Amino acid sequence: MTTQIRDEGLYDYALREPRLPEPENRDNDRLDIPIDTRLEMYETQQLLRQFEKRAYDLFMQNLVKGTSHLSLGQEAIATGFARAQRDGDYTFATYRGHAHTLARGADPGAVLAELLGRENGILKGKGGSMHLTSVEHGMMGSYAIIGAQLTIANGAAWSAQMRGSGQVAVCFFGDGTTNIGAFHEALNMAAIWRLPVVFVCENNLWMEYTPIDLITAVPNPAADRAAAYGLESIIVDGNDADAVYETAARVIDRARRGDGPSLVEAHTYREQGHSRADPAKYRPPSEVEAWKARDPIPMYHERLLRLGVPEGDLSAIQQDVARRVDEATEFAKSGAHPGEEHLMTDVWADGGSAWRN
Amino acid sequence: MAELTYRNAVAHGIAQEMRRDPNLVMLGEDIAGAGGVFKTTVGLLDEFGPERVRDTPISEQAILGAAMGAAMTGIPVIAEIMFSDFIAVCFDLLANEIAKSRYMTAGQVSIPIVVRTANGGGSRFGAQHSQSVENWVMMIPGLKVVAPSTPLDVVGLMAASVRDPDPVVFLEHKSLMADKQDVPDGEIVDELGVARVVREGSDCTIAALALMVPRALEAAARLEDQGISAEVIDVRTLVPLDTQAILGSVTKTSRLFTVEENPRLCGWGAEIASIVSDEVFWDLDGPVVRITTPHIPLPAAEALEDMAIPSVDLVTETITKRMG
Repeated sequence: MTTQIRDEGLYDYALREPRLPEPENRDNDRLDIPIDTRLEMYETQQLLRQFEKRAYDLFMQNLVKGTSHLSLGQEAIATGFARAQRDGDYTFATYRGHAHTLARGADPGAVLAELLGRENGILKGKGGSMHLTSVEHGMMGSYAIIGAQLTIANGAAWSAQMRGSGQVAVCFFGDGTTNIGAFHEALNMAAIWRLPVVFVCENNLWMEYTPIDLITAVPNPAADRAAAYGLESIIVDGNDADAVYETAARVIDRARRGDGPSLVEAHTYREQGHSRADPAKYRPPSEVEAWKARDPIPMYHERLLRLGVPEGDLSAIQQDVARRVDEATEFAKSGAHPGEEHLMTDVWADGGSAWRN
Repeated sequence: MAELTYRNAVAHGIAQEMRRDPNLVMLGEDIAGAGGVFKTTVGLLDEFGPERVRDTPISEQAILGAAMGAAMTGIPVIAEIMFSDFIAVCFDLLANEIAKSRYMTAGQVSIPIVVRTANGGGSRFGAQHSQSVENWVMMIPGLKVVAPSTPLDVVGLMAASVRDPDPVVFLEHKSLMADKQDVPDGEIVDELGVARVVREGSDCTIAALALMVPRALEAAARLEDQGISAEVIDVRTLVPLDTQAILGSVTKTSRLFTVEENPRLCGWGAEIASIVSDEVFWDLDGPVVRITTPHIPLPAAEALEDMAIPSVDLVTETITKRMG
């Protein structure tokens, strides 16, 4: 990879010192997590990885239009949290929400069909990649304006609190979100009302095309702000599904007990650009390489081998996921483009869009 | 039958609905302990308790986000934004999230909320606490917009708004708060999307909203002395818009004047003028005329604000001149 120096020479982030990952913590092999749970999380991570790669391939074939934001490299976070949630718990995500939607159990075919803008998409083609929602799976939406989803997650948690339902809301966001006002409004309200909500910052070090440390007053954009809201500062290795799961289980349980919200910062890296349009040439090559060497999925594969799982079992899971992703692709491609009958529906609860008589 | 002020009617209407639906909750700044800065929520904390009537921090985004999240998970919410000008700091929630989520999710999400807010001028509060922002919300697909002009309409349209399964922005006019009216006992439920002819006439139609309704009525009384019979329509809800009531009246009178408190550009009257010229053009005997606040920020000084917002004099003079 060559480094491009811009003419103005001012902001070539690729020349900055790389921000390297912490080494893998092999002690996490010994976390008290049943092997069946770990195999499920291996399968989920495989699904998220293979799905996102397929989504990327379909971009290149010009079958996915518009924009899309992949979670390649960040799969362990969606996986660990979703595994720690119960049926009925709520999930709120950002425009980078394919992984969170799939991790809660939404059908990969319907999600992929949505990316292709087809009638058999999970939103009938009306929402697209950035708004994936599956209420039946507790996936309450993907929100494309930074920060809003934290305030909305509060509302779902408030509702659960009032209904005494025991549900917990888990809300994901990127590092860049920590600098918008809604983040701070939401944390304060969650704290004063002791809401059963868990805020999860997926810190992938890059706010779109800008290093997060260059534009944030503190080194850890979420964790270092926790104290301002009376919350514990929690940082977790976001590339280790077991570490994520352990932390998720702890903070979700705390919320469910009525002990209030938590703010978790998961350190990770997006292995590609911000969106489809971004080749990500602004990153130091050594940084990219170091984080790819900490890719969550090969690391988890090695852990499972160390724990005695036969390679054949893991490759069988990989192959089964590959088959499912192929089926999802066929399902998506087979969908019709939505017809005119869908254009004017679902603005109002009566199913229509009339604004006058 | 009891005489209620417009401000008392707000609490009266909310209380009626909170008694009916034990799930209904409300939140906002200073609404509970203080009873609202306009005293529109006095008594609600005492009757319904702090779980259902919640004071919030000065966090308009968090207020509307909490309302949305609760509503989409089964708890209907009335949220107060203290001054309608503050909608600007939570416009993302209103314009991007609350309004669009049902459509974007192909109907998976339902958001039964009412966003109440004090709207309009006349209080000498200056450019950031006096605006008429009905066009800000009217232009967003997915929001219903209500602006009552009388205490009775406040009660009935509040009930209709709460019972509507879609998000409703409910604009309470600051300069109408002290107006009084007899309100019948018992449950009062009105209907969204229905305008009202508040004075019959045959020579011209005046369409008005909120504070402009009493001014249009007074102008109509003066016009009668000059031999002009003006019909006055209280538009009441901008979305859904009762175009049939307006078109029907214009077909009868052949002239239309709109009286709008909003600054000139993109006011609701422009949409009505467009509809009328498109659909009953050949019934018109003259141009549709919009009487609005000039396209300026509202000034604070009493003398200047009174010059800016359409007055009875301005409405009367404009109609006299243009009908001449």
